[in-house]
Amino acid sequence: MSEVEIRLTVNGKPYAGRCEPRKLLVDFLREDLGLTGTHIGCEHGICGACTILVGGEAARSCLMFAVQAEGADLVTVEGLAKEDGELNPLQQAFHQHHALQCGFCTPGMLIAATDFLRSNPRPSRDEIREGLSAVLCRCTGYRNIVDAVEAAAAAAPAAKT
Amino acid sequence: MSGAAASWVGRSLLRREDERLLKGQGAFVADFVLPGMLHAAFLRSPVAHARIRAVDLARAKAAPGVAFVMSGVELARRVPPVPDSQLVLPRKWTTQVQHSFRNPRQPLLAHDKLRHVGEAVAVVVADSRYAAEDAAELIRLDLEPLAPVVDPEAALRPGAPILHEQFDTNLIGSFRIEKGAVEEALAAAPKRLQRRFYTHRYSAVPMECRGVAASFDPRTQTMTIWSATQVVHWLRREAAGILGLPESRVRALALDVGGGFGGKGHVYPEDLLIAFLAREIGRPVRWLEDRHEHLLAATHSRDQLHDVAVGFDGEGRILGFRDDFILDCGAWNPIGAGIAYNTAVHLPGPYKIPNFAASARIATTNKAPNSAYRGAGRPEAAFAMERAIDLIARECALEPAEVRRRNMVATAEMPYSVGLAYRDGEPIVYDSGDYPAALEQALAAVGGLAGFRDRQRRARGEGRSLGLGIAAYVEGTGVGPFEGATVRIDPSGKIYLASGAAPQGQGMETIFAQILADEWSVVPDDVVLSLADTAAIADGLGTIASRTTVCLSAALHHASRRLKDKVFQIAAHLLECAPADLELREGGVGIAGVPGGELSLKRLAAAAKPGWDNGRPPGVEAGLEETCYWEPPTVTWSYAVHVAVVEVDRGLGHVRLEDYAIAHDCGTVVNPLLVEGQVRGGVAQGIGGALLEEFAYDGEGQLLTGSLADYLLPTATDVPDIAIVHLHSPSPLNPLGVKGVGEGGAVAPPAAIANAVCDALGVEINETPVKPETLAALPRAN
Repeated sequence: MSEVEIRLTVNGKPYAGRCEPRKLLVDFLREDLGLTGTHIGCEHGICGACTILVGGEAARSCLMFAVQAEGADLVTVEGLAKEDGELNPLQQAFHQHHALQCGFCTPGMLIAATDFLRSNPRPSRDEIREGLSAVLCRCTGYRNIVDAVEAAAAAAPAAKT
Repeated sequence: MSGAAASWVGRSLLRREDERLLKGQGAFVADFVLPGMLHAAFLRSPVAHARIRAVDLARAKAAPGVAFVMSGVELARRVPPVPDSQLVLPRKWTTQVQHSFRNPRQPLLAHDKLRHVGEAVAVVVADSRYAAEDAAELIRLDLEPLAPVVDPEAALRPGAPILHEQFDTNLIGSFRIEKGAVEEALAAAPKRLQRRFYTHRYSAVPMECRGVAASFDPRTQTMTIWSATQVVHWLRREAAGILGLPESRVRALALDVGGGFGGKGHVYPEDLLIAFLAREIGRPVRWLEDRHEHLLAATHSRDQLHDVAVGFDGEGRILGFRDDFILDCGAWNPIGAGIAYNTAVHLPGPYKIPNFAASARIATTNKAPNSAYRGAGRPEAAFAMERAIDLIARECALEPAEVRRRNMVATAEMPYSVGLAYRDGEPIVYDSGDYPAALEQALAAVGGLAGFRDRQRRARGEGRSLGLGIAAYVEGTGVGPFEGATVRIDPSGKIYLASGAAPQGQGMETIFAQILADEWSVVPDDVVLSLADTAAIADGLGTIASRTTVCLSAALHHASRRLKDKVFQIAAHLLECAPADLELREGGVGIAGVPGGELSLKRLAAAAKPGWDNGRPPGVEAGLEETCYWEPPTVTWSYAVHVAVVEVDRGLGHVRLEDYAIAHDCGTVVNPLLVEGQVRGGVAQGIGGALLEEFAYDGEGQLLTGSLADYLLPTATDVPDIAIVHLHSPSPLNPLGVKGVGEGGAVAPPAAIANAVCDALGVEINETPVKPETLAALPRAN
C-alpha cells in the first residue's frame, strides 16, 4: 500500500513521517513517533484512553487517521509536565489524591481533564463527573479522580476576564 | 524519619509508581519494541460450535508482509495442550471433599472442533499488525456446523450436544459439601422458602487488554516472555513444559500492567503460543489483543444458577440452608474447581448456620471460558445468601438488618469454626472480627436505618421510590500454597526485595517499601524492589486471590528475620560486642542504649562480601541475602457490610445510587489511602455488575455485547462517592496482622443493590443485572 507523508506538531515539536493512509493517528503517534504515553483501550472510540488534544480540543486518536492530522498541533500526555520534568498542577493533583492505580487510562484522563478545565475552570463535582465520563477508568471508582480535578481547579489562578 | 519508633505501616504514603505513569513513561507490553519484532493476529471462530474439516492457509501465506501462518491442525502435531497444572488442589482437599472432575485440556489453537465464538483457530505473523490482520481474513475455514448449547441446564440434559466428546457429557465437574443434617433441618423448620438466584456473566475487562511478546536466544537456548499477566512463575512453568525447556531457560516477566482483576490471573493459550512462534520463526513476536478479541475470548466470569432452600423459625433464625448450583464454565475450565468451591464455602458468610449443604455442577457450554474475576465465586454466594436473608425478613415481617443481627456470629464467638474445609483443605475458622459492629457502622454511615425509613416514607408520599439494601460477606484471603521473598542488603546499603508477586496497579512498590522500611529502620526510599520477574527469584505464585499483602509481607518478614541475625553477627564482630546488644536504627546497626556509633548497612554489606579483607567473623558465610517461601497456615478472613441507598425511577427503570457505605475490616492497614482505593475500585466494578455489564449471548452462541458500546462499564457518573468505615481486627495468622483487600469491594454490590431495589419497589428481583427494561416491565406491587 502506498504511503503518504505527514507533517505535524506534537507537544510543540515538529515531526515528519510516512505511513499508509489507513494508519490510525494513535498508531502513528505510538509506532512512528515513539510517543507511547497515549494508550489504546478499545479502538472504537468508547474508552477514551487514547484522548489527545488536536488544535487544543480533546479528540480520540483511535478515531482519526494519521493523515487527518496533517499540519495539526497536537498535545499528548508527554507534553503535560514542565520542561524540567516536574509534574504540572493537574498531574500533581492526581498524585496527591491517588487518582490512578494501574495508570493505563491516566494519559487519556489527564488530557480530557485538561480540556475540560479549560472550558470550565470552576466546575462543580457533578460537572466534573459529567465532563470526565468520556474516559473509562476500571481501577479507581472515579472518586479520587474527581477529587484531583476539583483540587486542581481550586488551585488554579482565577481566569482573567 | 528514622529510628525504631517510626512506623511507616499505617501511613497514607503517596505512591512511588505514579510519576512515570503520569508522564506517559510507563512501560506496558504494547510500549516497547524488540529488534526485528513481528506481529501476530488470530483468526477466531465465527461460530459457537462446529467440526473443523479443513483450514486453507494458502492465500494468507502469500499475502504481503506475512512471515508465518499456522493453523491449529498443524500445531496440534507439534505441541501439547495447556497442562492441567493450574488446577492443582492439595491432597488435604481431594481426600475429604466428595468430588468428580474431568477437565478438558485446551489446545493452543483449536484443531478438532470450534467450541465458542472467538476461539482462536489460526495465527498469522507479519511485519505489522495491519498486515497480519489483512492476511488472517484470507484464511478459509471449512466447517461442519454442530448444534450449539448455550444454556447450562440444557447442556446437562440427556441428548444435549456434547462439547468434549471424550467425556460423553457436558458435566465436567461436581462436588458436594455438608455439615449437620440439612434435609432433616429443612423438613423440621417452622418456615421454609425456595428460590432460584442467578448471577449473570460479566468479567474483569481491564483497560489494558491482554498482550504478550516473546524472544528466543538460540545461543543460550533461553526464552524470554513479556506478558500482561498476574502470574509470571505459572507462565514460566507452563511455557517450559510446552517448549521442552528447563525452567531456568525461561524467563517470564510482567512490565506495567493495565489492570488485571483476575482476568490475567492464569496462563492463556496465547501466552504459550507466542513463545512457541518466537522460537519457531527465529524472531521476536508480539501479540496485542484488541478489545473485540478481549470481550470474545479473554475469560468471562460469574454465570451461576443457584437453587436455594432455606428453613428458619418465626424469629428469622436460619436452621438449615441448602444450595444446589450450576456454574456455566463455557467451553473450557482453565482453573478447575476453584471458583465453584469458593462459592460453596462462602455461602454461610458471617452467619451461624447449623445445617448446611452445597452442591455444585460445572457445565461446559459453547461460550467463552469462565475463570476467576475479583471475588472469584464469592459475589454469587453473597447474592444467593443476602437475597435469601431479605426474603426471610419479609416472611417474618422483620427488618432485613434485624435478621442479619440475629444470625450473625457474635464477637464473643470469635474465632469461629464453621465446620467446613477451605480450598487449602484446612478447617474454616473465622480468625478475628466484629461482624455486628460492621453492620451497625455501615448503617450509621448512611444516616441510620430509622432515619432512612422516615425519608423513604416521605419520598413515597411524593411518588418517589427510595430503597435501602444491605449485603454482608466474609472472604478467605491470603490463600496458599506460598509466596516467596528474597531480601538482600545491596552494596549501596539499600534493602532489596525480589518476589514473584506481580502488580497491576495495587501500589506494591509503595506498600512493600513501607513494610520493609519498618522491618529495617530505614526510609521507604532506601528500598528497591524487583517484582513480576522470574529472573529475580526462583519460585513464586503471583498476584491473585487477595493474597499478596498477606503472603509477601510474611515472607519478607521471615527472610528479614534470618538476615538480621546475620547482620547482627557481623556487626557484633566489628563492634566487639554480643549480637544481643544490637539494634537496627538510623539505617544501620548500633548498640542498644548507646546513642551514636552506628554501622551503616552499606558498611555491613561491604563487611559481608566474599573475598579478601572482609569483616565477617569466623564461620559466617559471605553475602547478605535470605529467601523465605512462606506457606500460610490457612486463609485469614476479611469481611464487610455494604449498604446501598437507591432511588428507582419506575417509568425509566433507572436505578440511581444515592448513597453507598461500607464498613470493612482487612486487619492491619498498611496504607489507608491505597486500601480505600482498592475498596472503591472494587465497588465500582460491583456496581457495573449489578446494573450495567453483561456478556449476553443469543441462542446460537453469538456474543451480543462485543464492544464497549454494548458491554457497559461504569463511568464517572455511575459511581457515587462511597463512604468507608475501617474496622481493625488484626489477623493472628501472619506477623503484620494483615488480611487481603483486593477483591472484597466487588463481592457485595450486586446483592446490596438488588436488595435496595426490592426495598424501593416492594418487588422481588432474584437475578442480575438489574436492568432498566426489567424494572420498567415489573408489575406494580401496589
